[in-house]
Formats: sequence, C-alpha cells, structure tokens
Amino acid sequence: MKGFAAIAVAVAALACVPLFVHSNVVLNFMVVALMIALAGQGWNILGGYGGQYSFGHAAFFGTGAYMTATLQVRYGVNAWLAFAAGIAAGALVGAVIGGLAFRAGLRSSYFALVTLAFAEVLRILAGVAPITGAGVGILIKLDLRPQSFQFQSRAVFYFVILALVALSLVITRLLERSRFGAWLIAVRENEDAAMALGVDAFAVKLGAMVVSAAITAAAGCFYAQYFLFVDAGIGYGPWISIEALLTPIIGGAGTVFGALLGALVVKSLGEGAKLLTGDAPGLDLMIYGAVLVLGIRFAPRGLVGAVTDAYNYFRSAMQKPAAEAAHG
Amino acid sequence: MAEPLLRVENVSRRFGGLLAVDAASLSAQAARITALIGPNGAGKTTLFAVISGFLKPTAGRVRYDGEDVTGEAPHRLARRGIARTFQIVQPFAGLTVRENILVGAHLRHRARMPALALAEEAGREVGLGDVLDRPAHTLTVAGRKRLELARALATEPKLLLLDEVLAGLNPSEIRDVVPTIRALSARGIAVVMIEHVMQAVMSLAEHVFVLAEGRIIAEGSPAQVAADPGVVEAYLGHGAAAKVRSAHAR
Repeated sequence: MKGFAAIAVAVAALACVPLFVHSNVVLNFMVVALMIALAGQGWNILGGYGGQYSFGHAAFFGTGAYMTATLQVRYGVNAWLAFAAGIAAGALVGAVIGGLAFRAGLRSSYFALVTLAFAEVLRILAGVAPITGAGVGILIKLDLRPQSFQFQSRAVFYFVILALVALSLVITRLLERSRFGAWLIAVRENEDAAMALGVDAFAVKLGAMVVSAAITAAAGCFYAQYFLFVDAGIGYGPWISIEALLTPIIGGAGTVFGALLGALVVKSLGEGAKLLTGDAPGLDLMIYGAVLVLGIRFAPRGLVGAVTDAYNYFRSAMQKPAAEAAHG
Repeated sequence: MAEPLLRVENVSRRFGGLLAVDAASLSAQAARITALIGPNGAGKTTLFAVISGFLKPTAGRVRYDGEDVTGEAPHRLARRGIARTFQIVQPFAGLTVRENILVGAHLRHRARMPALALAEEAGREVGLGDVLDRPAHTLTVAGRKRLELARALATEPKLLLLDEVLAGLNPSEIRDVVPTIRALSARGIAVVMIEHVMQAVMSLAEHVFVLAEGRIIAEGSPAQVAADPGVVEAYLGHGAAAKVRSAHAR
C-alpha cells in the first residue's frame, strides 16, 4: 500500500500544475516531459527490471504513432479506437522482436544491437512505404473535438498524458509485488540461477517485452494525437530510443519513479541549457551532455538511488550520536 | 528395493574432443543421501548439469520419477521437483537474502504472502534467519552457500543436487551445515551431493559413486568405496594403492 500512496501523492501534485500555470509554453513542456516519461517507463520495465537493454524502443513508439495516424487518415477509424489499436500493434511488434531475439538467446550488447537494427529497418521502411506517407509523413486532420481525441485546451492533453503516466506507475508497482516481477528481477540478476529455480527465462523476458512495448507505444499514440503529425524520423528515429533509455537510467532504472523523475530532470536540463546559452548553437547540447556524463559517473543508480543513499547516510549519521549519547 | 527416484543411464557428454562424462550410470532414492565423489576434473559438475537440464547429454538417458526427462529445460525439471545448487555460488547479488529465497518460493506459490512465509521458513532452516534483510552480496562464503541451499529448498524439491555446498567452509561451519543436510534427507528428499570434504561424505552418505575421468569406477557404502584400490589410485596416482597397503602392513 505504501507504494501506491506515493504514486497517488506524486500524481496529485502533478495534477495541480495546470491550476497554477496557464502559460502554454510551460504546459507544452510538461506534456512533452510526461510523454517521454511514459516512453521511458516502458523501457524501464524491460531494461530496469528485466536487465534487457533495448536501444530500439523507437520500434514501439513509431508503431504506436503510425498505427494511430494511419487508421484515422486512411481508414477513417475513430481516434480512440485507433489509439487502442496503436498500443496493441506496439505490443505485437514487441512480441515479434522479443520472440526472435530471446529465442536466439541474445543477451546484453547483442540484444541491444538487434533492437537498434529492428528500429532502423522500420525507420527506413516507413520512409519509403506509401501507406506510411513515405518521406512526407502523415498529417492527421485538425478536428478539435473530444471524440476525435483532440482538445482545444492543452490542459486536457496534460491530464490525458498524466493519467497514462499514472497508469504506467500503477502497473509498475503491481509488477514489483507480483511473482512475474520477482522472476523478471531474478532473470536480470542471474539468468542461470533463475532457471535452476524454475523460472522460464524466455517466457518472462518475452512477457516483459510485450508490456514494455505496449507502454512505449502508448507514448507514440499520444504523440500522434498531440502533434497531429508523424514521419519516419520522428516515429522510428533514434532520438526516441535514446530518450526512452536515458530518462529511466538518469532517474533510477528498476524503480517505480525512475522514468518520471528522469524525464522531468532531463527535459528541464535541456530547456535550461537552451535558455542559458541563448543563440550559441550547439552549446546547450554540450552542457546537456556534460551533466549527463557527470550524473552517470556520480549517481550510477540514478537520482532515486542517490536520494536513497543520502537518506540512509543521514539517518545512520543521526542515529549514531543518539546511540552514543545513550551509551555515555 | 524401491524404484529409485533418479536413474541416470549410460550418460555421456562430449565437449569437442573431450569426453567429459563417459557412459556414467547412477541412481538416487528418496530419503537417502547419495554422494558423487571423484578427483578434480572427473566430470562431476558436468554430470549434474546434464541431470538438471543445463546441458544435453551426447548419449544416454535420465529417468526421473519413472519418466524419461533427458534434455528437458532446467525450469521444467525444477517444476518436476529437481533443485540444484551451484558450485560457484550464483546469488542474485542486488537483492536481499529474503528476496533471493522468495524467487524459489514463488515456484509453487503464486501469491506473495504464502511465498514470503515459505521463504522465511527456508531461510531459518539453513540458519539465515538473522540476515534475511541483508543484501545478498554482503554474505560471507558460508552464508552464500547457505543461501544456495535455502533457495533450492524453497522450490520444495523431491530431488536435491548439491554441488560442493561444503567446499570453502571451515570445520565449524561444516559441522553447522551437516545436520541441515541430514534433516532434509530425513524429510524424504533424495539428496545427491558432490563433495570433496571426505569426512562429511563418510558421515553423511549412505551410498557413494566414484567418478574418475568421466567413468563411474566404483560404488557402494562409504567404507567399501574407501577400501577400493581403484579409487585410491584414481585419487593418488598409479601404484598408490600398493604403497598404501604396504605402509599399513608395516
């Protein structure tokens, strides 16, 4: 119950943001940060909890975005149904990639390379295939009605993405407390030992891949609805694979809040660096990169890990004088 | 005599040009401790890996509980009731002792509460009751060996394969673990142990198989095996048996 209360508090705090902030720039920033947090939380299930580092989560993000857009534009499907279909399609792509990679016994860097390759193949295909709009991309028609999953106010989009993030946090928390989660973590820690204890490592990794892909695909579906546009570079480009893995790693891989915290920090850092450097092109990226390197160097378990360590340090430091006083 | 729970029939395992296990046969019965001994490199761990499904045999059969389970995947064999420990301990280093054992306990208990209760019970049984919430990587060698044992026990096995659980322990630690192993056998578990600590083998095992250069060269009670000239030679080299005998005669 403790974990769910923390999620409720965090989500409630974030839900207050539109009450105080009316600036569209800030709200837009928050919507994008939460969308990245959602994509990152997908990665976190497979990478953080399962130890399978994917470099190609763009494959799921892009599939979600393209499926949502294509169904609406080419087949006139309702936007909400298209959204659900996008998530399902992402999960299916996850099952196919996971099935092939895990059946072949690919681990660590080999797995990372294969996922990267799949995402790149999809990017190239999406850039030439007529159904995806080839090089032009797909534009979803502007239709600001709720039944089209389009809203006049950014605040509504904000609440939609916040609800999706909240759902992903709850799913992660449930996973942590479940048998499947215990098995997934065991596979991360030591696959052979896990198998000796009756864990079907293949099935567990595949299951994690499907859940992971579905969550990241949901972020892709949301992207399509929010920006009403997707092309190969956006949907299947390496940028989203990197964002999806960077945010949980910076925030704390294998923790419930890792991806959310990481997304808010990384995105603030990116925007802050841009404001600070003004017109000097590329300087913001250098600052951004340097801070990330330092972060990984000095907080290898991410922000959640660093905060936990600091808390434990101060608690033991507080207890020591008390214990000494009691003895003296 | 009752049908043995485990029957290994003429199992061979080849690695390229090396025949690590050569037509080895052994059996193990419920509620009995069986030992597998032999010099370093004899193929004992390879044979365990074949029984527990981590390696497929090049030839031969493994029968368990009346069924042919040759080449079945490790997790399926674990579900059937075969548990093993690793000679080189394999803790889930980032987890606590309790979480480590919980993974095993979940095999037959989906819900968290009963699995946690079983994990705690298994931890106490091997003497880890006081360190259940410590990270596994902080355990000593003796602690890690106990953890291997506790995790395997938490799967509620019928057949327990122990790969050198006593190696690396000091005499007092060995004295602590020996009664635990005896208790498992008394509970009806078929225990097969690879062991180098002879004193423990002699006091624990009811039946001993000796593996040398991939072949079973002797079997019998501990006393029979210790007196076997072939066994002495396997350990001490060609001609050693005669020297030992003449030394005793003098």
